[in-house]
Amino acid sequence: MDVIDLGWWQLAGAALLVVALAGCTAWARLGMTRSLLVAAARTVIQLALVGLVLEALFAAEALHWVALMAFAMLLIAGREVMARQKRRLLGGWAFGVGTVSMFLSSFTVAVLTLTVIIGPEPWYRPQYAIPLLGMMLGNTMTGVALALDRLTDTAWRQRGVIENRLMLGQRWQEAIGDIRREAMRSGLMPMINAMAAAGVVSLPGMMTGQILAGSPPALAVKYQILIMFTITLGTGFGTLAAVAVGSRRLFDARERLRLDRLAAPRT
Amino acid sequence: MPTADNLRLHGLAIGELTDIDLTIAPGEILCLSGASGSGKSRLLRAIADLEPHDGEVWLGDRAQSAIPGHAWRRAVMLVPAESHWWAERVDEHLPDADPADLEALGFTPEVLHWPVARLSSGEKQRLALLRAVSRDPAALLLDEPTANLDDATARRVETWLVSRVRERGWPVVWVAHDRAQIARVAQRHCRIEDSRLVEEAQTAWT
Repeated sequence: MDVIDLGWWQLAGAALLVVALAGCTAWARLGMTRSLLVAAARTVIQLALVGLVLEALFAAEALHWVALMAFAMLLIAGREVMARQKRRLLGGWAFGVGTVSMFLSSFTVAVLTLTVIIGPEPWYRPQYAIPLLGMMLGNTMTGVALALDRLTDTAWRQRGVIENRLMLGQRWQEAIGDIRREAMRSGLMPMINAMAAAGVVSLPGMMTGQILAGSPPALAVKYQILIMFTITLGTGFGTLAAVAVGSRRLFDARERLRLDRLAAPRT
Repeated sequence: MPTADNLRLHGLAIGELTDIDLTIAPGEILCLSGASGSGKSRLLRAIADLEPHDGEVWLGDRAQSAIPGHAWRRAVMLVPAESHWWAERVDEHLPDADPADLEALGFTPEVLHWPVARLSSGEKQRLALLRAVSRDPAALLLDEPTANLDDATARRVETWLVSRVRERGWPVVWVAHDRAQIARVAQRHCRIEDSRLVEEAQTAWT
């Protein structure tokens, strides 16, 4: 690879400039010097640790280690989906619905992309599998969290409308249909916007990284298109599944609206 | 009168109210009164199966627990005290409104093209009654159907409701406060007192 090697002492130069910025913010009394320095330190520590993990993973190149890493990422994403909801489903459903729908969509699309489209040897080669899955999970997580939050919060606000529709003899799917569609839309919107703005407003990070690493731009573009599509597929199917299951959980076997299955918002 | 079913509550229990047994004959209007918070609305919600409850409700020979929730509520229709509207225009909620019914309730057919946002609370209440009735239920549960109406309009709505009930033979539970109204429309009158249902003497309305 023709990428220029970066020494730790060269990073220290950049770090020194961050410290200089911190000095300026302290001088201007912005009150964020501390958080700036802590965040910078976290970047170094977290990324260095991930680097170590990935080095080990790349060296081992064993399916069970890649799978373990993938599941750890999935569980952290599931926890994040749950934490981002104002009124979440009780009894582990918030975590369960988010995690299972992300698992179904992200893992299926990632495995399909690796085996059928990219085709590295072996198919689970961590150099391809982990970044692909990471990008998909990160975006799917955002979509699923947005959609579930929208679903439960709107159902809470519009409970009068939903119940009135039930009273008129509508099925639960019909009574919550508008809200369900609205929730699915809000989960899909960020990816559609990102695709529409790609290359015009923003240069996607992955493509930029590949170009920096010495790939020809034409190849980097192809990879970026593939990644955008897989992210959209993961987010889309994940959002649809999460909203479908989550909205069913808002009703019981008698098709009654059961908002007592939602947690009170944290204040 | 077409063949119609009676509505029977059997050991119904929700909240404070327990062991409620009641039979409402076809075409009969039973008025229900009681202090606010005594559980009138929750009782109606239990009959419509909108809240978990104990006991059984029968419509003729159909048991509530034996048919799907939406099918039960389509037959035993609850009209709440405050109506809710989801679409932009009135006619999206009332696809097959009868012009004669609209007129009886004091509307011209143009109201169907109005946006819902233009309706006053009294207009919403009357149209909500029509919305429920036009779906052809088999029993009606009315929660203060004339609460937002002036006296003249309330009388008009009462007359229309009573004539439709007689014509279709629906068993009706009607939550009301006004004694004069109860005397006008009800065949029977029950009051909720200390979490119990007490039947009041009532001169028959024929």
